[in-house]
This record gives sequence, C-alpha cells and structure tokens, in this order.
Amino acid sequence: MSERRSSFDGAVFARGSVLGLVAALWIVPYLWMTITSLKTLDEIVQAPAYPLPSHPNLDAYREVFTSLPVGRYLLNTLVMAGSIACLQILLALPAGYALAKLRFVGKRAAFGLVLACLLVPPQVTFVPVFTMLGPLGLVNSMAALVVPFAVSAFGTFLVRQALLSVPDEIIEAARLDGASELRIVYGILAPILRPTLAAVFLFSFVYHYSDYFWPLVMTTDDEVRTLPLAIALLREQGTGVRWPVVMAGNVVLSAPVLIVFALAQRHIVRAVAARGS
Amino acid sequence: MKPRRPLDPYLLLLPSLAVLLAFVIAPLFFAAKTSLYRWDLLTEARFVGLGNYASLASSGQLGELVGRTFGFGAIVVVFGTTLGLALALALDRPGRLYAFFRGAIFSAYVVSWVAVALLWMWILDADSGLVTVVARALGLPTLSWLGDPRSALVTIALVTVWKITGYAMVVFLAGLQAIPPSLHEAAALDGAGAWRRFLHITWPSLKPTTAFVATTSLIASFQAFDVIRVMTQGGPVRSTTLFVYAIYEEVFVNLRVGKASALTVVFFVLLLGLTGLQLWAFRTQRASRPREEEPA
Repeated sequence: MSERRSSFDGAVFARGSVLGLVAALWIVPYLWMTITSLKTLDEIVQAPAYPLPSHPNLDAYREVFTSLPVGRYLLNTLVMAGSIACLQILLALPAGYALAKLRFVGKRAAFGLVLACLLVPPQVTFVPVFTMLGPLGLVNSMAALVVPFAVSAFGTFLVRQALLSVPDEIIEAARLDGASELRIVYGILAPILRPTLAAVFLFSFVYHYSDYFWPLVMTTDDEVRTLPLAIALLREQGTGVRWPVVMAGNVVLSAPVLIVFALAQRHIVRAVAARGS
Repeated sequence: MKPRRPLDPYLLLLPSLAVLLAFVIAPLFFAAKTSLYRWDLLTEARFVGLGNYASLASSGQLGELVGRTFGFGAIVVVFGTTLGLALALALDRPGRLYAFFRGAIFSAYVVSWVAVALLWMWILDADSGLVTVVARALGLPTLSWLGDPRSALVTIALVTVWKITGYAMVVFLAGLQAIPPSLHEAAALDGAGAWRRFLHITWPSLKPTTAFVATTSLIASFQAFDVIRVMTQGGPVRSTTLFVYAIYEEVFVNLRVGKASALTVVFFVLLLGLTGLQLWAFRTQRASRPREEEPA
C-alpha cells in the first residue's frame, strides 16, 4: 500500500514541478517586464531584484510617448498590417476559387507556382527586392512594406483547400441566378469560408504587426517606420539603458498582440497548426 | 467546373500570380544575376563571374557561417523539440489552469521578436538583470551572457527556444489528439504503466510529428535575424553572425550587393535542402496516418 501511495505523491509532485517551471519560465518574464515598467531607474539600480515597485508610477510610459511619436508609428503599423491582411484575403479568394473549382489549361503550373513560393521566405528576397525598388523610388514607402506581401502563397493554398470541400452545386445555383464570378467569390463563397479567412487574417496581421526585419531593411524614414523599430531604438537612446522606459515600450508593443491572442487564441492556434499538417 | 468564359480563370489568378512573380520568383533570378557582379549600389556594377562565390569560399567566411548557423539550429531544434514534447505531454489535460499555462507558453510565439529580445536582454543584464541578481544572491558565478563570445550564441539560441517552444507544443498537442484513446485504455487494462504506454503507444504515433517539428524549427532557426539584430548585432567578435545577419551586413553595412546576393543564393539552396528534408518528414507523417488523407 505504501508503495502505491508514494507513486501517487510522485505524480502530484511531478505535475507541480512542471507547472512551477512553466510559471517561472513563461509567466515571470511577462510579470517582470510589467513590474519594471512601473519602477523608476533609481529603484532598479539600488535594489534590482526587489519584486515590487515602491511607488508604482507611469513615468516610463509618459516618457515612451513623449520621446517617440508612438501614435504615428502605431498608426503606420496598423495600416501596414491591416492592408496586408486584407489584400491577402481579397486576392486569395479569386485565385483559390480558380485553382479549386475551375478547369483550365495551365492549372497545375499555376498551383505549382503558388506552392513553390512557399519555399521562398522574405529573408531570401529582401536583397533583390531592395535593389529592384530602389531605382523605382519605392524604398521608404508604405508600398514597399505592403505590396510584396499582398499575396500570401500560404493563404492562397489554405483558401484553395477550404474551397475543395464546398460543393459545386452552390456555385452552379448562383450562376443560374445570374451572379457574376466576382459576386460568387466575394458574396457567396467568402461567407462560407469565414473560419479559414479569419485564421488567415489573424495570423497575417499578428505576424506583420510584429515584424521587424522587413520594415528595417525597406525604410529609413520616420514617416513610414513601424512600432517594433521604434521600440528597439528606445534601448539605444542616450547613455545607459533606462530599462523601465524600454520595458514600458515593450508593454505598449506587446499588449495589443496579447489581447488579440487572448480573444482569438483558437483561430491563431488553428492557423499555426494548419502549417504543420 | 467549366469556367463561364474561357478567360475567367486567368483573370481571377492574374493579380495573385503577378505579385508572386514580381516579388518572389523574379527576385530569385535577380539575386542569381547580381551574385555574378561586384556592385556597391553607387557606382556601375562590374561582372566578376563566380568571383563572389570563390572569395566567400576561400576566405573561410562561408564555411564559418554555415557551421555557426547549423550549430545554432542544432541547439534550437534539440531543446525546442524536447521541451515542446515534454510540455505537450504534461499539459494535455482538461481544466482552465492548464489552458492558461498552455496559452502563456504559446503567447511567446506570437509576441514580437523585438519585445522578446529586449525582455531577455533586461532579464540577462550583467548588472541588474533578474538572472544575474538571483545567481549572485545564491552565490553562483555570473556571466556576461551576451557579452562573452563563448556564451552569446548559446544564449540567443535559448531565447529562440523560449519563443518557439509554444509552437512545438501546439503541434505535438494536435498529434496527441490524433491518438485514439482506446489504445491507451486497452493498454491500461493490460496493466501497462504510464511510462510503458508512452514508449509503446504515444512515442511511435508521435515520431512523424517529431520529425516534422524538428525540420520546421530547423528552417525557422535558419531565418533568425530580428533577435540577433536587437540583442548582439552579430557580435561579440562575430560569434552570433548567422546567415541572414551576414547577408544584411554585406548590403547595409559593407555595401557589397554582389557578395550579399551570392550569400542569398547559397542560403536559398540550403533552405531548399532543408525543405526536402521536411517534405520527407511530411510524407512519413501522412503515410503513418492514412485515415487523415483527404479525398483527392
């Protein structure tokens, strides 16, 4: 009997330690970020590990907003990520419809091209795209941030897969009613594909909102720079890193994503898991 | 279905294919062409044949980059996959508490690389970072994690593991869901303990998922850039200069577009090789679960 009991305790202990480890590794860092953002620099220098701010205050946030045009950057970021996500859906629908439902010469080649593009990440295309856009005067523009991502090969692929399981009869009925092809795509098929489109939109929006790489290489101008670039610069301002200000910037940068994630976790997880199946 | 008008399919595809050709396919050819030139963006480009490749190979820069990038990838893959699997097994339980913990781990995967890099720079700060202060209080030796060329790459790899473990966990959780509970029940009735059930049921079913997670993480680790740019800028003494960062440096610091393009071409070929590996893993995964196959 005593053996049974000890193994039971062992399981509880093991489970407890896993939860403790997870809490220490994945929850404490977020808490530490938030706590630091409420402290003053003096407090951090004098008692770096003291867990609670002695006089919680929002000075660090005030400084983030006064030292940077955060509103401008945030607007740029939202416009960029929003345009990319909308364009990807608008363009994936007709392409996915043609690839899933219509018979035509060159279909396999067209689908092959879409699949081939899945193999080419932005880290491969940034040098040639940068040198192609330079002479056109498009570097440093919102277009350079949005247009290269207007089509997502992955999004097109997902929409095509989802359309395969929509019965042809729906399309035939709409054609008999005299609906145009575009009306069929946007008016009839889009609502049916809502869950897929939501997953594509959210995944794309969150990815581009957070992206640092592409805006860094394509822009030098404040007018079109995005929030991740600005927050990364906070650490480099002045002499000595003012960690409360940097962490306040971090909170400003991650809070929207974490909120969207908390609200739409299921969609995002599904989009991610779809890549893996 | 038959299109209504013969041109319809082409018109529907035109915008998508035009963008993909212009911004994905054409750049590949453009990079291949530019890699044969010496070009600083300011003066006229000069044809040098395979000179850029030759100098990358003979200077040892290429070998060093490939080795370092693979080393980084190995750490990310081994730790990310193991930890992801362990966490998926431990947290695959009903209840709000477990859902919250799963969400907390996965949230790191969606948060910006910039936020993750800055957060860990602060936690690992050599003067007043949390890790340093706690280690000091416990009397443990401390290290300038990012300032020491011996530890910087490993540190960045572990931060990368922290960020992508949630992804591995989510894919493993999906893999676990696909194992019929009846298998576990039957084995439990036969008196198999938890460890034996894992060894004989869970692990064999998850093997293809593991191969898939490992190759995907390897490809992701090859694309690492943001974390390096924010945390170390490739230093100290180039110890964290991985492939993409090297390409970036050649263009934007050294203004050597030809050399950067040669690196880009090599990088793409390496990625293709890794994708071949991944497709193989993908096939195995599909083959092992025929009931998931979609009707063609």
